[in-house]
Amino acid sequence: MARRDAQLGAGLLWASPWIAGFCLFLVAPIAVSAWYSLTDYPLLKPPVYVGLENYRALLNDDRFWLVVRNTALYGAAVIPLGTLLSLALAAALATPGLRGSRLFTALVYVPTLVPMMAGAMIWLWLFNARFGLINVALERVGVAGPNWLEHGAFAIPALVITALWSVGQMVVVYITAINEVPASLYEAARLDGMGAIRRFLHVTLPMISPAVLFSTVTLTIASFQVFVMPYVLFRNERGQRAAGDVYNLYLYDNAFVYQKFGAASAMAWMQLVVVLTLTGLMLLASKRLVHYRGGTP
Amino acid sequence: MNERPVPPLPRAALWALLFLAAVFFALPLVWMLATSLKPETQAASQSLSLLPDPPSSALRHARDNYAAVWTDPSIPFPLYLRNTLVVAVLAVMGTTLSSAFVAYSLSRVPWRGRSLVFGTVLVSMMIPFPVLMVPLFVLFRRIDDTMLALGLPPEHDWLRFIGTLKPLWVPAWFGGAFNIFLLRQFFMSIPRELDEAARIDGCGHWTIFWRVIVPLSRPALAVVALFHFIYVWNDFLAPMIFLTHRDQFTLALGLQMYQSKAGLTPWNLLMAASTMVTAPVLLLFLLTQRSLVRSVAGAGLKE
Repeated sequence: MARRDAQLGAGLLWASPWIAGFCLFLVAPIAVSAWYSLTDYPLLKPPVYVGLENYRALLNDDRFWLVVRNTALYGAAVIPLGTLLSLALAAALATPGLRGSRLFTALVYVPTLVPMMAGAMIWLWLFNARFGLINVALERVGVAGPNWLEHGAFAIPALVITALWSVGQMVVVYITAINEVPASLYEAARLDGMGAIRRFLHVTLPMISPAVLFSTVTLTIASFQVFVMPYVLFRNERGQRAAGDVYNLYLYDNAFVYQKFGAASAMAWMQLVVVLTLTGLMLLASKRLVHYRGGTP
Repeated sequence: MNERPVPPLPRAALWALLFLAAVFFALPLVWMLATSLKPETQAASQSLSLLPDPPSSALRHARDNYAAVWTDPSIPFPLYLRNTLVVAVLAVMGTTLSSAFVAYSLSRVPWRGRSLVFGTVLVSMMIPFPVLMVPLFVLFRRIDDTMLALGLPPEHDWLRFIGTLKPLWVPAWFGGAFNIFLLRQFFMSIPRELDEAARIDGCGHWTIFWRVIVPLSRPALAVVALFHFIYVWNDFLAPMIFLTHRDQFTLALGLQMYQSKAGLTPWNLLMAASTMVTAPVLLLFLLTQRSLVRSVAGAGLKE
């Protein structure tokens, strides 16, 4: 213990960039925005305390409920579909002796590196109603493609498709996890007469559940953050199209378009509470569902 | 491990799945490139061909399109490239160095409270940027206002934040949570005997860090630098909020401006611009592919 205390100064000194940054760029902003969320703050004038007025106004605001609904719908589609797609791809790519699996893995991973803005431009072009590749290809097989970006019903599906395009990171994590499952377990399962699908469900899936949990939490938080894609696909000079409006776009508009920093801070705080609650719930649930090798974690 | 025979049934299904996946993941990028090789009239057409007609004209059209984007007087891409590189270099240097310092403290210096600090690193990885952007904007505004109030005239640009590149790289010098996490895990794997030996030789933390830890951690440090470079290159939201003058824009902002200017940008030029912004990241990836993929995979599993 004496030695630990002797090193206290050195430890603090080496960790000081993080400690300072954590206070300055994380704790202070979060604390300060709790205060702003209780004020009327048009930036150019000092904040004026208004109690819970910002929260009350948001809860009576049509656009607020619209963006909550759209973001929830988007998340409700992306989280299960993204997880299923990446598990299926990982299971396929981890097949032993599969030729070209490295190349395929690289192909799946590359879209995650494409700058969001460039990716948004690509999808803007692919979804174009007249000359976009998707509708031109659909026309060749005799299907009249929808007007993806103008027709309200297709806005969220279009966003979900773009999100599935960048699941590559999850796929890579799952492949690695699958490759670390001991071969002896598969041997035992085969001796028990299990087929490929049952082996995946009863051996692979339980063994890689920590990776699945980690990725699901990350994906959930990420799906709340969707911004650039709907910003590019569904915004023009007249503003954001309702069908493609999401939570953080409204937060952004509140702050940097309408100069309502109080309302924007209230939205930031509600988001923070939801994200932390969901993360906490998932970690709690994991104690029951997730299998950690070697007993309790 | 590789002895497992492939289950007979799903072979065809497997290849069908992989073929569809390859189309879904690769075609958008291939089509971006293909569109950038066509003249405007052929880009905006019902053609499914990857090359223009005649195919031999692809190079000529490519040269025309890329030159048109690069020299567009209203959107100075060369300037935006310069700005992006300035931010990237300063931010990469800052986050690599400071994250390594912090990771050293959290893995090599035994001190009371270090697990608490490590806890704050883990928790902060969950905090989304949009939660912070409003108060951060106000914070940087306040610093600027204070400078003004102290009598520093506004032309002292080097002290100001809003409307300069600083909000994009100064915070990087305080360490990044994910980078600290990654480096700490790596430092833990370096045998303790090495720094014990150095300590017996009379070395302090400073020497141990630079002479023992850093030389042995080059791959991990390179991965952190690479990740952060890609992050800065791709970032859109922070530049959009903090940059106020057009001549300070980064490439991601420039690309968005290029698309939205009067909404008339031809598709072939827009795809040429997108290719220009994407290609450097993909080239970097190709050059470093092996170590990058391995480290991404590892990050989700350790601890």
